Amino acid sequence: MLRLERGSAPLWLRALLPIAAVLITFLLVSLAIWAAGANPLDVFYEMLIKPLSKRTSRLEILVQATPLILTGVAVTYAFAAGYYNIGAEGQLYAGALMGALVGPKLTSVPAFFAIIVMLLAGFLGGVLWALIPALLKVRLKVDEVVTTLLLNSVIVFFISALLNGVWRDPISGWPRSPAIAESAQFPSIISRSRVHLGFILAVLALLSLWWVLKRTRFGLELRASGLGKEAARFMGVPVAKTMLTAALISGGIAGLAGVSEVAGVHYYLIDGLSPGYGYTGIIVATFGGLQALGVAIAGLFLALVDTGALSASRALGIPAYLGDIVQATLLIVTLAVLLLNRYRIVRSKPMRKAP
Amino acid sequence: MPIPFLSIKNLSKRFGSLSANEAISLELYPAEVLALLGENGAGKTTLTKMLYGIYQPDEGELILAGSPVRFRSPADAIRHGIGFVSQHFSLVPSFTVAENVVLGREGSALLNKKVLNDKVRQTAEHFGLALDPTSLIRDLSVGEQQRVEILKSLYRNCQLLILDEPTAVLTPQDVDKLFETLRNLQNQGLSVIIITHKLEEAIAISQRVAVLRLGKLVGVEQTQNTNAKALAKLMVGRDSVPVTRNEQHHQEKTTVLAAKGLTVKDKRGLTTLDNVTLELHAGEVLGIAGVAGNGQTELVDILTGMLKPEKGQVLLAGKTLDLGNTRAFEVAGVGRIPEDRLKGVIADLSVAENLTLEHIPQFSKTGHLNAKAIRQEAENLITTFQIKAKPNDKTRTLSGGNIQKIILARTLSKNPSAVIAAQPTRGLDIGATNFVHEQLLAQKERGAGVLLLSEDLDEVLRLSDRILVIYGGKIVGEFMAAEAELETLGLLMAGSKDVAA
Repeated sequence: MLRLERGSAPLWLRALLPIAAVLITFLLVSLAIWAAGANPLDVFYEMLIKPLSKRTSRLEILVQATPLILTGVAVTYAFAAGYYNIGAEGQLYAGALMGALVGPKLTSVPAFFAIIVMLLAGFLGGVLWALIPALLKVRLKVDEVVTTLLLNSVIVFFISALLNGVWRDPISGWPRSPAIAESAQFPSIISRSRVHLGFILAVLALLSLWWVLKRTRFGLELRASGLGKEAARFMGVPVAKTMLTAALISGGIAGLAGVSEVAGVHYYLIDGLSPGYGYTGIIVATFGGLQALGVAIAGLFLALVDTGALSASRALGIPAYLGDIVQATLLIVTLAVLLLNRYRIVRSKPMRKAP
Repeated sequence: MPIPFLSIKNLSKRFGSLSANEAISLELYPAEVLALLGENGAGKTTLTKMLYGIYQPDEGELILAGSPVRFRSPADAIRHGIGFVSQHFSLVPSFTVAENVVLGREGSALLNKKVLNDKVRQTAEHFGLALDPTSLIRDLSVGEQQRVEILKSLYRNCQLLILDEPTAVLTPQDVDKLFETLRNLQNQGLSVIIITHKLEEAIAISQRVAVLRLGKLVGVEQTQNTNAKALAKLMVGRDSVPVTRNEQHHQEKTTVLAAKGLTVKDKRGLTTLDNVTLELHAGEVLGIAGVAGNGQTELVDILTGMLKPEKGQVLLAGKTLDLGNTRAFEVAGVGRIPEDRLKGVIADLSVAENLTLEHIPQFSKTGHLNAKAIRQEAENLITTFQIKAKPNDKTRTLSGGNIQKIILARTLSKNPSAVIAAQPTRGLDIGATNFVHEQLLAQKERGAGVLLLSEDLDEVLRLSDRILVIYGGKIVGEFMAAEAELETLGLLMAGSKDVAA
């Protein structure tokens, strides 16, 4: 009889697990495609291979990957510390809101400083919105999963109220914020493309994540808090403070994702600025194994799925929601598959009989 | 001689190489209370878990009313008339007494509250349990909740009721009430097993006492024919202990660590540590002897900086320590070995990280880790303390002995002035145990004060210069180890009051 036993999975298996997760995901998604009346192989070709064959769509993947990597990094900081921040979406909007408030006032400021102000504003917005649940968690032990999740709706609807109220464009009637100053716009970093400064920001965030987690005392204390709260406290780690700091960094980076969408893509704040980047960030962080390199790969892969799903829907007439199905399935499968990390499969001996 | 309700025949249970129960044979009669007595790890819980179908015996059999039975699960045992009341109640706080009692045994898909309440009330009255079926569990005292647990078993027609250390959670008044209940049950013809390590209680309630030691049944006595002294001797099971103690301890009594008036209350408001005061001298091993659950955990938690007591203070070399601040304890020079070694290391961090995290300020500069210094320290400690691992190994993959060595290495290498060693050898093999003992004695020779808390009485006797006995959260006795009598120690540990002190 085969049986699961607690213990570490062998290294080769751990390396194979993410690939297995992807394969299982696509097998499951095939059912949905088949139900939508298309050939799964055609869809996967349109979704995963074709976008890589053209320069424009290759670069478009980088644009899509920018907010996903940033929110992925944000979630990783929190999750690694054992703080389950489900609020990257709200923190992203908080950062975007601050950017939209500050941006239009920077008309007479040189671009270099204007962009720095924008970044600071975005980071601060995310930090402030993350501060509420983080304090509740550290001081009163209120479960952060609930508070961060619920605060997402609060800020999304608050912004919606602003956009449809005081900010509604009096001439066009569009629900959008005043445009930010030209000097505050993120420059394009690759000619003839929409790839903007935000992508460099995402790369820097990845590097910071790697450096902080692997090379700094704070990072070690952060990981210790996440992996064993009681033992970390025994060894003198200020667990509450570390968790609070990680939660705020997480919020700040999610805020950067928001300001990067405002200043790099739209130049104003709109309803639906984020089609759930904050939530996808949870998938990016989890699938990326809470590590910088993993987050980079996961961010790019999910951006490919996003871009590819759109073009596949155009080419084959299937719903564009397919991309969401892939992402959501991937999260569930990844979580299930990661459990195997903690087990190994053993052959059990038959039970001895009592004489 | 009445016919036994249940006969235990040559029951054995092993966990790996450990023999938890060895060929135990015992008969349980109707209308009798049997006390099961023994030290920690004597095998009391293992035996009762086999009777309740939680564990399957490796060898031996159970004969119920003349025919052999096998309990594959607790549900199986319940069907055969076995009831079990554990220390941890499984009650739904927002349900009524009746709802909790009938849960899983409702009898029909639709519930008729009135009928159920009446049935529960009848059962309670029949056995003389004072309980209102309609009151909510969360409004009841601990003693009353325990009564509900007993009622649950009775409602399922149990013939043999097993209670696992039922008095551990009770106030003295509640204990009296519990004993009254048990006598009632006995009069109704039930067979009752009460697990305890308190001699006085065993004598007060039982007709027979069965004593377990190291997994073996060492005696079954008629309670009226025995006394606390004889039972203590059976339980501890030895007259002398080989003493390998290092006698040349420093005579000048410099106090390195002092605890004053430490008092802790648990969530239920019971006092778990009651005004404990002690002084640890330089160059001595001070042993704390006691049965588990008498306040040792709380004492360790305070002295390692994990717990802030309600009252009291801790001084190291005359200076007050910031209670509840682990870093402050470590910096001041308190060497700390936690009760549960898995709460002293983080399994998913590397060996090197676990060896240095406690002293991380020494291994980082402006927040940046000094990887080279960390690796060097790890390699040094691995060599000095013979840890079988490489610096980058995940700590999860190490054996218990090697994990304990990590904790010893990182704390003892800093030459602490006081060492708090809690259960330092629990679960270790002989080789690792000897290594830990050598290290602790080396600390004493160096001039550190070593406070040793252990459930293993032999260990306390072998290493200590001075021994304190803890019972019910209080220090109830002090001995120079050389003069300590095992019998007196055993009596004090079991809370007996008739000790000529």
